[in-house]
Amino acid sequence: MSDEYKGILVVGEIYDGKIRPVTFQLVTKARELADTLNTNLSVVLLGHNIGEMAKEPIYYGADKVYIMDDKIFEPYVAEVYSRALSKFINNLKPEIVLIPATHTGREYGPRIAAALQTGMTADCTDLVIKNGRFVQVRPAYGGNIMGEIITPNHRPQISTVRPNVFKTKEPDKNRTGEIIQVKPEFDSIKIRTLIKEIVKTTVTGAKKLDEAKIIVSGGRGVGSKEGFEKLKELADLLGGAVGASRVAVDLGWMPKSAQVGQSGITVQPDLYIACGISGTIQHIVGMKDSKVIVAINKDPNAPIFNIADYGIVGDLHEIIPMFIEEIKRIKKK
Amino acid sequence: MNILVLVKQVPDTSDVKFDERGVMIREGVQSILNVFDQFAVEEALRLKQKYGGEVSVMTLAPEQAKTAVQKCLALGADKAYHISDRAFGGSDTLATSYALSLAIKKAGNFDLIMAGNQATDGDTGHIGPQVAEWLGIPHVSYVEQVVSIDNGKALVKSILEDGYRMVEVELPALLACLPPTNFEYTNPSMSGIIKAKSKPYIWWKADDIDGDKSKFGLNGSPTRVLKMYPPPKRSRGTVFTENYQDAVKKIVEALMEKKVIE
Ligand SMILES: Cc1cc2nc3c(=O)[nH]c(=O)nc-3n(C[C@H](O)[C@H](O)[C@H](O)COP(=O)(O)OP(=O)(O)OC[C@H]3O[C@@H](n4cnc5c(N)ncnc54)[C@H](O)[C@@H]3O)c2cc1C
Ligand SMILES: Cc1cc2nc3c(=O)[nH]c(=O)nc-3n(C[C@H](O)[C@H](O)[C@H](O)COP(=O)(O)OP(=O)(O)OC[C@H]3O[C@@H](n4cnc5c(N)ncnc54)[C@H](O)[C@@H]3O)c2cc1C
Repeated sequence: MSDEYKGILVVGEIYDGKIRPVTFQLVTKARELADTLNTNLSVVLLGHNIGEMAKEPIYYGADKVYIMDDKIFEPYVAEVYSRALSKFINNLKPEIVLIPATHTGREYGPRIAAALQTGMTADCTDLVIKNGRFVQVRPAYGGNIMGEIITPNHRPQISTVRPNVFKTKEPDKNRTGEIIQVKPEFDSIKIRTLIKEIVKTTVTGAKKLDEAKIIVSGGRGVGSKEGFEKLKELADLLGGAVGASRVAVDLGWMPKSAQVGQSGITVQPDLYIACGISGTIQHIVGMKDSKVIVAINKDPNAPIFNIADYGIVGDLHEIIPMFIEEIKRIKKK
Repeated sequence: MNILVLVKQVPDTSDVKFDERGVMIREGVQSILNVFDQFAVEEALRLKQKYGGEVSVMTLAPEQAKTAVQKCLALGADKAYHISDRAFGGSDTLATSYALSLAIKKAGNFDLIMAGNQATDGDTGHIGPQVAEWLGIPHVSYVEQVVSIDNGKALVKSILEDGYRMVEVELPALLACLPPTNFEYTNPSMSGIIKAKSKPYIWWKADDIDGDKSKFGLNGSPTRVLKMYPPPKRSRGTVFTENYQDAVKKIVEALMEKKVIE
């Protein structure tokens, strides 16, 4: 029965009028998988007035981009997205579907798997083809364990995939592909969810944490709201974003959207600089997969040092300015 | 307002250990009520206080999960449903959500179903949305607060990566809940614990919930866990304790060499 399912589909996300970077990360990875499986790669975008954006996934490796353009998709509502996508996927019959493990993707995604009565793997951090089989790797038990999950007999095989685990390649603007308009189909159109208000708590102009390649993060040790200014200066110099421990958020020094960890967001940047953060398990699960971790803490026994590639035992108020100076010095060269 | 809260007992993941072969040691690991679910229960009880009605809790789990369910009753929930049968062993999220949706239909009409946004063990966050899909009702995830219930609609605050949304949803609906940062969990009182013992506790087996049995347990589960292993361990790197100027210089140099900064 599974023979009629072919190709890989990436569900793209449009957020604040732009295609979310995670979409291109998934397309880059899916291109690799599609080549290994010798199959084709499609992307579907839901939104309103999508326009020229539709071409972008092609530059990253998509063969086809399906567009569902309708005002019903703005603003995003889970029941509408899941219903439109379930129908679409059921018609297209891809063998693999990748969905961004964003707050939105993790909201509408699982409904699609239930509607299609197929298997779904959550929050994947790796996807591999082993002996022709699609193996989905994911953390569980608060990041204490990794599991390899397969969906042997049901199609499509659906995964949500964490932002920033896969890197994008340089877009190739000469790459060509097909753009196909699809009319959204609904069984019934009674929408029971209404968005009253969307409030952004990130400082305007500030880099989004889940999209940043470099994160300078602060905890209780930063000492005050003003203390975060120095962290911000360092982050700006590096082109990065500022993160925080839950304590720093609880104390009102940083907004909730900056919180890294179990009850905040999971990040995986190239560089994570933890300043005055002790390194409790709830914080570590949110950042331990960063490529390089640097810790600054005055307590030599702080657990954060056990996972840091580089550490300095000392007062962050003394050390961060030194980092700022050193980076400035290098930039001048 | 009749509210049902879905609850799960989980191992305390701040306390996970592995043996030398990398197999997780389950013995001696404490079992607790999933913290997301405790928040959902406390939020449900707050709504009950404000709008009246009844709060029920439901779990699909082996018998030993009774401790976690009992805790919900001790916190003030009125009634418990515990679905337990070997037939449910090996259920993935599709099979779990299907069985739960059947049990919910059997248990009666609820205005609001609440769940944790995720369980700290399986950690998929699928169950809430999938139960809602099986029941054909709307749902909202990442719900930090139920602001009000009015005119058959709930107004909730749902957290985004970069802010939040105020969402109005028609009842019946499912809300997958996430404790706010400074949430202070209540400890059950002595009298609560005593009262809990005489509250209705309903046990159901697979035969008690009407449905397609081929969709239960391992047989009804499209996914398989191939293997589990501890995550690649990070080891302690270079830690400098003095000569800060020099340390900073060395670290920045190393970061440039690794191309993480340019
Ligand atoms: C269910 C649950 C979910 C949670 N979720 C999260 C989460 O998502 N994210 C999260 O971060 N936490 C979370 N926590 C909280 C977590 O357990 C810790 O309380 C929190 O991470 C500690 O934050 P911190 O490291 O900033 O503070 P502390 O643990 O107090 O550490 C402060 C550190 O700063 C150092 N320091 C102090 N002054 C200086 C200085 N001048 N220079 C250098 N170093 C200095 C100290 O040595 C210390 O190590 C959660 C807890 C629970 C129970
Ligand atoms: C390492 C590992 C990885 C796994 N990965 C996957 C996977 O990717 N996909 C998959 O389909 N299955 C997976 N499973 C199986 C999955 O963990 C179980 O199906 C589990 O029973 C439910 O999933 P969860 O713990 O992720 O719950 P979540 O969906 O995270 O739970 C959310 C909320 O739903 C409610 N809830 C959850 N379970 C119950 C219950 N039994 N009774 C009452 N309420 C409940 C609670 O309110 C809870 O807070 C995995 C299992 C393991 C051991």
